[in-house]
Amino acid sequence: MERVPILKIGGVLLVSIQIDLQDQSVLALQEDLAEKISSTGAHGVVIDISAVEIVDSFIGRMFATIASISRLFDADTVVVGMRPAVAITLVELGLTLGGVRTALDLERGMKILGQLGRGRTT
Amino acid sequence: MTDAGHAQRLTELLRTNADSLVGRWVDAVAALLRGRATKAELESDFREFYDVLLPLVGSDGKDTGSPAFGEIRSFLDEYSRARVRAGFTPSETASSIFSLKREVFGLTENEEDPQIFRQLMAFSGLLDALGLLTFEFYAQAREEIIREQSEQLLELTTPVVKIWEGVLAVPLVGTLDSARTQVVMEKLLEMLVETGSEHAIIDITGVFAVDTQVAQHLLKTVVAARLMGAECIVSGIRPQIAQTIVALGIEFGDIMTKASLADALRYALRRDGVDVVQREVR
Repeated sequence: MERVPILKIGGVLLVSIQIDLQDQSVLALQEDLAEKISSTGAHGVVIDISAVEIVDSFIGRMFATIASISRLFDADTVVVGMRPAVAITLVELGLTLGGVRTALDLERGMKILGQLGRGRTT
Repeated sequence: MTDAGHAQRLTELLRTNADSLVGRWVDAVAALLRGRATKAELESDFREFYDVLLPLVGSDGKDTGSPAFGEIRSFLDEYSRARVRAGFTPSETASSIFSLKREVFGLTENEEDPQIFRQLMAFSGLLDALGLLTFEFYAQAREEIIREQSEQLLELTTPVVKIWEGVLAVPLVGTLDSARTQVVMEKLLEMLVETGSEHAIIDITGVFAVDTQVAQHLLKTVVAARLMGAECIVSGIRPQIAQTIVALGIEFGDIMTKASLADALRYALRRDGVDVVQREVR
């Protein structure tokens, strides 16, 4: 099973998904990410899915799950680079990812997290 | 079954009289089409048809789908297509084929052999089948043209334009159906990625009717854009449509709607941090 790498840039964790996601890798990613946020105290998570071409409802739910997990550690989640076809699929599946922030690309995603980070008191 | 020797006799008759027969056939059809096709064109078409037809004489045309008919089918397909593009009517196209029948009857008028009469009946049936085939191909070609045109129309009527750095506009005109909304949705989302725009304005000033389905499609587009990290603004809702939307109980939720395209643009610019300032004019 391939694992998705999690990179730390400043106070932000970057998850760039470059592989075909299997359910197992998704579960592993959720675990790894929870560990990593907890150990690094990151204030934001960026999930780059610009290389993801196919999604199912399980992967769609993953975004919401990761967002909920990070919220427990007081970290914001931004999903960036979603392809049109993927967006249409998710809408057709009825998954609107409430509570998850989105951005067109990584740069804008980082900017959003930067703005949110500045608003923090601690 | 008919005697093979007699069948050959009709074929023989048709072969020996080929030139005069095709000549008279061309004359008859040229008169029918009133000079819209030159005799040289007809001559070459009919000569080709005649050549592929000869080996089939003796068949009654009941199994035009069989491999033996492959060649003549492809000829008729091409012939009908050319006729459609040249603007001939279906009856003109089909009766060009039927006209051969009269010429062949004329040729065998003085024959007294009862066998040849029976073969003529079969030949007549064959030509009928081929004529109908022509008609079918004609209809097929027409349908293809119509389909192509409606696809082109679909492309034409759904432009996505960039009206400012980071702002796209989709002026929708006419009736919205599922197919069109699908095209608009895909085009808009692709353009969002291509141009890196964070705002899209869907202007429905030109849309005269909105029902629950159309609203559903619009909402889906907006949500899909939001998933990609862009915001959609719906503008130009007509007063009657506003009433319909409320009467139908369609919820637009937290989707931003503005009265006019100008308002929507101003809003998008402000969100992007651009201020529009009126300058003192001297």
